[in-house]
Amino acid sequence: MRLTNQPKKIGHMQFGLLAPREVRGLSATKVITADTYDDDGFPIEMGLMDPRMGVIEPGLRCKTCGQKVGDCPGHFGHIDLAMPVIHVGFVRTVRDLMRSTCRGCGHILFSERIREEYDRMLASYMQEDKDVSLLARRVAKDASNVTVCPHCAREHGTIDVDKPTTFRENGHKMTPSEVREWLEKIPDADLPLLAINPEVCRPEWMVLTVLPVPPVTMRPSITLESGERSEDDLTHKLVDVIRINQRLQENRDAGAPQLIVEDLWELLQYHITTYFDNQTAGIPPARHRSGRPLKTISQRLKGKEGRFRSNLSGKRVNFSARTVISPDPNLSINEVGCPIQCARELSVPVQVTAANFAYCQELILRGNEPEAPAGKLYIPGVNYVIRADGRRVKVTDKNKEEVAKRLDVGSKVERQLNDGDVVLFNRQPTLHRMSMMAHTVRVMPGKTFRFNLPCCPPYNADFDGDEMNMHILQGEEARAEAQILMKVQENIRSPRFGGPIIGAIHDHISGNFLLTWNFFNKDGRGAKLALEDATQVLARVGFKGQIGDEIFEEGGRKYVWGKDLFSTLLPEDLNLSYRSAACPPGMQEEEARKPENDYWVVIENGKLVAGGIDEKSIASFKGIVLDTISRRHGADAARSFLDKVTKLGNGFLTLRGFSTSIDDEDIPDSAREEIDAKAQRTRDRVAELVKQYEEGTLQNLPGRTVEETLEMEIMRETGQARDGAGEIVASQVGMTNSAVLMARCGARGSMLNLSQMAGMVGQQAVRGERINRGYKERTLPHFKWGDLGADAKGFVASSYKTGLKPTEYFFHSMGGREGLVDTAVRTSRSGYMQRRLINALEDLKVASDLTVRNTAGTIIQFTYGEDGADPTRSAAGEPIDLDYVFGEVERASKKGGN
Amino acid sequence: MASPQTIKSYINTYGFDKDTAERLAEKFTVTQAKASDKKQFMEAGFTGNEVEDILLKLQRGKREAAARRTRRVVQDDRDYAPLVERVDDRDADLAKKDDLVIKHLGERVMSQNMVRSIVDGAVARKFTDAQLKKAADLAWEEFLRTRVDPTEAAGIVSAQSIGEPGTQMTMRTFHFAGVAEINVTLGLPRLIEIVDARRQPSTPTMTIFLEDGVKAERKAATAIANQIETTTLKDIADIQSDLANLEIKVVPNKALMDDKDVTMEEVVDACHRVRKVQSKHEDGEDFVTITLGEPNYKNLQKAVDDLRKIKVKGIDGITRLVIRKDEKEGGYILYSEGSNLREILEINGVDGARVVTNDILQIQEVLGIEAARRAIMREAQAVLEGQGLQVDQRHLMLVADVMTADGDVKAIGRQGVSGQKSSILARAAFEITVDHLLQAGMIGEVDPLNGVAENIIVGQPVNLGTGAVKLAMDGDKLQQLIKTMPEPKNTIPEPEDEESYGDDAFAAMVGGEAPAEPETPEPTSEEDN
Repeated sequence: MRLTNQPKKIGHMQFGLLAPREVRGLSATKVITADTYDDDGFPIEMGLMDPRMGVIEPGLRCKTCGQKVGDCPGHFGHIDLAMPVIHVGFVRTVRDLMRSTCRGCGHILFSERIREEYDRMLASYMQEDKDVSLLARRVAKDASNVTVCPHCAREHGTIDVDKPTTFRENGHKMTPSEVREWLEKIPDADLPLLAINPEVCRPEWMVLTVLPVPPVTMRPSITLESGERSEDDLTHKLVDVIRINQRLQENRDAGAPQLIVEDLWELLQYHITTYFDNQTAGIPPARHRSGRPLKTISQRLKGKEGRFRSNLSGKRVNFSARTVISPDPNLSINEVGCPIQCARELSVPVQVTAANFAYCQELILRGNEPEAPAGKLYIPGVNYVIRADGRRVKVTDKNKEEVAKRLDVGSKVERQLNDGDVVLFNRQPTLHRMSMMAHTVRVMPGKTFRFNLPCCPPYNADFDGDEMNMHILQGEEARAEAQILMKVQENIRSPRFGGPIIGAIHDHISGNFLLTWNFFNKDGRGAKLALEDATQVLARVGFKGQIGDEIFEEGGRKYVWGKDLFSTLLPEDLNLSYRSAACPPGMQEEEARKPENDYWVVIENGKLVAGGIDEKSIASFKGIVLDTISRRHGADAARSFLDKVTKLGNGFLTLRGFSTSIDDEDIPDSAREEIDAKAQRTRDRVAELVKQYEEGTLQNLPGRTVEETLEMEIMRETGQARDGAGEIVASQVGMTNSAVLMARCGARGSMLNLSQMAGMVGQQAVRGERINRGYKERTLPHFKWGDLGADAKGFVASSYKTGLKPTEYFFHSMGGREGLVDTAVRTSRSGYMQRRLINALEDLKVASDLTVRNTAGTIIQFTYGEDGADPTRSAAGEPIDLDYVFGEVERASKKGGN
Repeated sequence: MASPQTIKSYINTYGFDKDTAERLAEKFTVTQAKASDKKQFMEAGFTGNEVEDILLKLQRGKREAAARRTRRVVQDDRDYAPLVERVDDRDADLAKKDDLVIKHLGERVMSQNMVRSIVDGAVARKFTDAQLKKAADLAWEEFLRTRVDPTEAAGIVSAQSIGEPGTQMTMRTFHFAGVAEINVTLGLPRLIEIVDARRQPSTPTMTIFLEDGVKAERKAATAIANQIETTTLKDIADIQSDLANLEIKVVPNKALMDDKDVTMEEVVDACHRVRKVQSKHEDGEDFVTITLGEPNYKNLQKAVDDLRKIKVKGIDGITRLVIRKDEKEGGYILYSEGSNLREILEINGVDGARVVTNDILQIQEVLGIEAARRAIMREAQAVLEGQGLQVDQRHLMLVADVMTADGDVKAIGRQGVSGQKSSILARAAFEITVDHLLQAGMIGEVDPLNGVAENIIVGQPVNLGTGAVKLAMDGDKLQQLIKTMPEPKNTIPEPEDEESYGDDAFAAMVGGEAPAEPETPEPTSEEDN
C-alpha cells in the first residue's frame, strides 16, 4: 500500500525534570562570559550569544548544526553554578519532602506497618487512575507529624519556609547545599508515595547545580534603527546570573569571609528565582533600566498574552484579509464581495498537473497584475509559483515568460482570488459557529467587503464601521469541508434553538408585508400591481415561469395581486396556517381570519391564500415559512427562497416607495394635551402618596418597609403613566403611519419606541430604582431637599419629539449611562463564562452509538439529548414535527377520499 | 487520647457502635466531627462506607436536636423516596393504540413519549387506525431525519449555544420574581452562579406548595408558615435590661405570640439556649428573668444581643416567608427567602413532591445527584426564558450532565471540570499554566494528546467531527479501480437555473481535482465568458 502525504502523528508527550547530567549533555557550550558581543559586533565565544547556541542573523550558519536561520532550532548551553540554588517552582515540594523524610537516612518517616498500608492505598489509587497528588498530600501531612525516625531513631525537626526560598530546620537556616544533600538520600522506592516518578525526576534535581541557557533563537537580540543592539529580557537576566555566579566563585575560591559568600549566594538565588518567575511573592521583581519589570520564563508562558494562549492555542495566519464591511442587497446570501485590491494579494494554490498545464501557463503569462479584457473589471493573475523543490518564485511582469516556460508538473501556482472561490468570512467576537461561515467570492470594485443583509444576525454585524476578516482556504480537503459544512445556507438553522438565524430583516419584511397584506385593498389579495410593475419586480427576483393564471383585468389594464406574486416563490407542497406577527394580541382566530383583518396566514399547496407576510413568516428567529422550507426542502432551497424573498421585498418597496420621518411621530394637539394631563395626574398622585408617607398613613406591603412600599407604588404609578401615554399614541396612529407599520410587522422598532418618541419617555431608573443619587438629599439643585415627587426623581413626562426639559435630560442621561456600563461589564463576564464552558465541554463527542463521551471515554450521556435528535434539525426542539405529520396524513386522506 | 466522655457521647447521642466511636474520638471531638467533611474523615483513615455512615449519623443527631425544638419528627432519608411516585395513568384505550403503533413500527423503535404523543395527536384529530399507522410511518421518517451525526462536537455546540446569548442578557442582579416581595438574582449573574456550582446561591428562595387539605385555608397555611419562618425573641418579646441588678427581663407580648403561634414554653426554652446566662421562670409567670453567669455591664450588653437574636421557632436559613393566594393553585402558596429543603420536607402539610428550591447543592444533598441534574437544567432554562432567549434543552442537559457525571456537582471551571482534565497541555492552556507544568514534570505525567486543546497546541487534527474520521487512500488500489471502472458519470447536480457562481465553480473544481477523474481540465471561466 502506498501512503502519500500521511503526516506524522505525535502519539503522546512525556513530561519530566532535566537531570544535571542531561543538561550538560544537551549543552552546546558552557557559558562563562557575561558579555554578548565584542566591540566589532561579533558574538563572544562562550558568551551568552555564542553562535553554537543557534543563529539569529540571516545568512550565517549555526556552528552546531550548520543550518541557516529558520532551519536551526537553536541549541541549549549551560552555566555551572558555583553553589547550588533552589528552584522556586519546587519550594513547596521540597518542603514536603523534607518534612516527611528523615535527614539521617532519607526514608519516609513511616514504620514498616504504616508504610505497607500506604503502599496498598497507592496501588488502589493507581488502579483507579485517581490523582496521586491527593494521596501525596496526605502522606506529607501524616509523615510530618512524626517526631522520631522509625528507621534510624534520629529526631526529626520542624521544617519551615521563609518565603520565597529559604528553608529552616528548627528555626536554623539551611543552605541549598544542605537541602540537596538531604534530598539525595531519599531512596527511589519512597518517591512514588510523594507523587514523584523516580524514572523522570530525582528530588535533588529541584536544587539546581547547573542552569540550562536557552538557545539564542529563544531570546533574539534586536537591532534598533540607531544601530544599537537591544537584548532580550532573558539575556539580561542571564547576564546577572553569570556575573554573580562568577563573583561567588572568585570569592569562595579566594577564601572570602563566610558572610560575603553567603550574601553572594543569596543574590545568586534571587537572580535565578526571578529568572524563572519574576512575580514571585515576597521578593521585588527584577526591573529593566527603564523601570519596567522583566518578562522572564513564567511570564512568557502565563496568561492571555502568554505562549500557551497566544501562540500555541491560536496562531496568526497568512492568506487572510480584513476591511470594513458594507451591505449589498444584490448579492446572494452565500456570496461575499471582495475588493479587487484584496483579491490581488490573496491567492489559491493550484496544483499543476498534466491536465491543467496549459491553463496554468496562461495564468502565469498574465503576470501579477493582468489587465482585464473589455467588459470585465478583473481577472486573476499569479503571485507566486512554488516549484516542486519548495522554492517560491515571485511572478512579475519582467519574469513571467521565463517562469511560464520553466513551469513543470508538480509545481504549485498561487492564483489570485477569483469569482467562485470559497473563503471563510468571520466577525469577532466569534461567539458561535455561525460567526464564521464559508462564502463564495465575487471580486468587485470598492474597498469594502460586502454581503447581503440576512447574514447580519449570525455575525451580529452592522455597518457603522464594523470590520470583518476573510480567510482563503488553501487545501482541497479544507475547501470540501467548508463547502459541505460551513456554507451560509448550511448555517441558516441555528443549533441553539432549532430555527432559522438567517432570515429576512428590516425592509425585506416591510416590503413583503405591504405586498401581501390586505389592508390597503380590503377585498383584494394584497397590494394591486399593474402587470408592468409586477414583471419589473419579478425580473428583479429572477423569476422564470408563468404567471398567466394570476393576471386579471380591470378597466382595461392588467393587474396582479401581491399575494399571488409572493406565491411564486413558494414550493408547491407547502401547507401552513398560523397567526401573523402583526395580529393584535388577544384577537380571536375567527376575527383574525376575516379578510379585512387578514392576520391569519394560510398557505395551501404553495399558494398564499390569506394573511400578510411579516416577521413571523420570513424573519430570522421566527420565520415559519423559512423554517419549514429549510427543514423540508434543504439548505439550498432555503437559500434560494431567501434570496428571492428579500429581492421581492426590496423590489416592491422600491416601486411603492416607503419612508419614515419625524411627522410619523406627530399626534394631534388634543392627544398631546391628554398626555400632558395624564402626566399631571401622575404627579398629583405621586404627591398624594408622598403626603401619605410623610403623615405616616401609608400602609406598608407585607415584608416591605414603608419606604420600599412608597417607591414601589410610585414606580407603578409612573409606569402606568407611560403605558397610558402609549395607548393614547396608539389610538392616534394607524397602519398608514410608516413607523407603526414597521413596528407591527416586526421590521424595526416597537410600539414602545414610538410611544416614547411621540407620547412620553417615562420614568428613568438606575439600578431598578427611581433616580436618587446626586446632591445631599436631592438629585439636582433644581429641587428642594427631601423632595420625593415625580419630577425630582427622574420622571420624564416629555416625549423625545417635544424635547426633554434640562432636568429630564439629565436623568435620561443617567439611565443611559447605566446601560453603557452594564454592557461593558456584561461582555467581559459573559466572555469568561463562555471560555470556561468551552474549555469544560470542548472534548465531548457524539460516538457512533449516539452516546456522548469525553476524551477519557467516560460516558456523559447515554443518548445525546436523551432522544438523539440534533437541535439544528429539530422543529424548535421537537424531534418529530407532529403538526406536519398529521397535516400530511389528513391531506393524503382527503386526496384519497376524493 | 480520646476522653471516655467523648466516646460515650458518640455512642449515646449519635448511635455509633463502640469501635467506631473510639476511633472517631481518637481523631475528633464532637464539635470537630460535626464541622468536618467527607475528605477529613477519609484522611483520618475511615473507609468510604464508614464515612457515609458517620456523616449520616452526625447529621441525624443535629437534625433531631433541631426538630425537638420545632415540634417536628425527623424523617429518615428513605422516607423522601415515596414523595414522588411514578404513576402511569395512561388511559386503557390510548394504551391499546400505543401498542398498535409499537407493533406497527416493529423494529423501528421510538421512545414511549414519542409514541404517546403520536397517539394523542391522532386521537385528537379522530384518525382511523390506518391513518394512525400512516402517521407513525411518517413520524419515523421525520425521526430519522433529525438524528445527530456521530463525531459531532456536541460539547462545543452546547457551550456556544449557552455562551452566545450570555452577551444579550441583562446584568441587573435583582429583579422581582412572581412575588414582588422577594428578590431573586436573574440574568447573567444567576447563570454564572449555576455553572459555578456555588455552595450557596446569592438569593436562595423556595416555593413551598401545600397539601390539598390545607392549601385552601388561610389559617392552616399561616400555621404552617409560622412553623417555617424564623421567629426570633425580639419579634415577640420585649427585652428589658435592668442595669441596677444586672439582670434582664424578657416579657413576651401575648398578641405577637399568638400571631406567630408561639407558646410560653418555647420562649423559656429559647432563653435557656442562650449561653453563659441562667434563666428563671416560675409557672404562671408571663416573663423570664435572666441572670448573668459573670455579672458585669459588658456581659449584660452581650446577653441582650444574644437574646434578641435567639431563634424561638422556625427553620434555619429561612429568613422571610410570604403567603400568596394563587388562582391556578386554588389556594395558598408559600414563598421563602432562604432555603432549607431537608427540613421543609419534614413539615406536615407541605406537599413535598412539589416543593421547589433554587439551591442546587441542597437538592443534591437531600434528593440525590439526578435531582440536582434536573435542577441545573430547570434553573438555567428559567434564567434564559426570563430573558426571552430560546436555547434548546439539550444544551443545558449536556452542561448539567457534565457537571454531575461523576456523582458530585462539579463547577464548570478550574476547580471543577476543567481542572480534572487528563491532559497537561489542556490544563496549562486554560489557567494556572506554570504550576501545572512543574507538577507534570515531577509526576512524570504523560499527555496522551486525545483532546481538542492539546492537539491544537501540537498542530494536529483534532479528534472531533471530520477530524475523527480515519481514512487513508490506497493509491495503488485506486489506480486499479480506475482502470476497471466505466467512464465516470457526472455525479454533481446540475446547477440551478439562476446564476450561482459558487456551485458552478465547485462543480468544476471537484471535477478537476478529485482523483477519480484526473482528466477533467481546470475551469477556465475567464475564457468562457
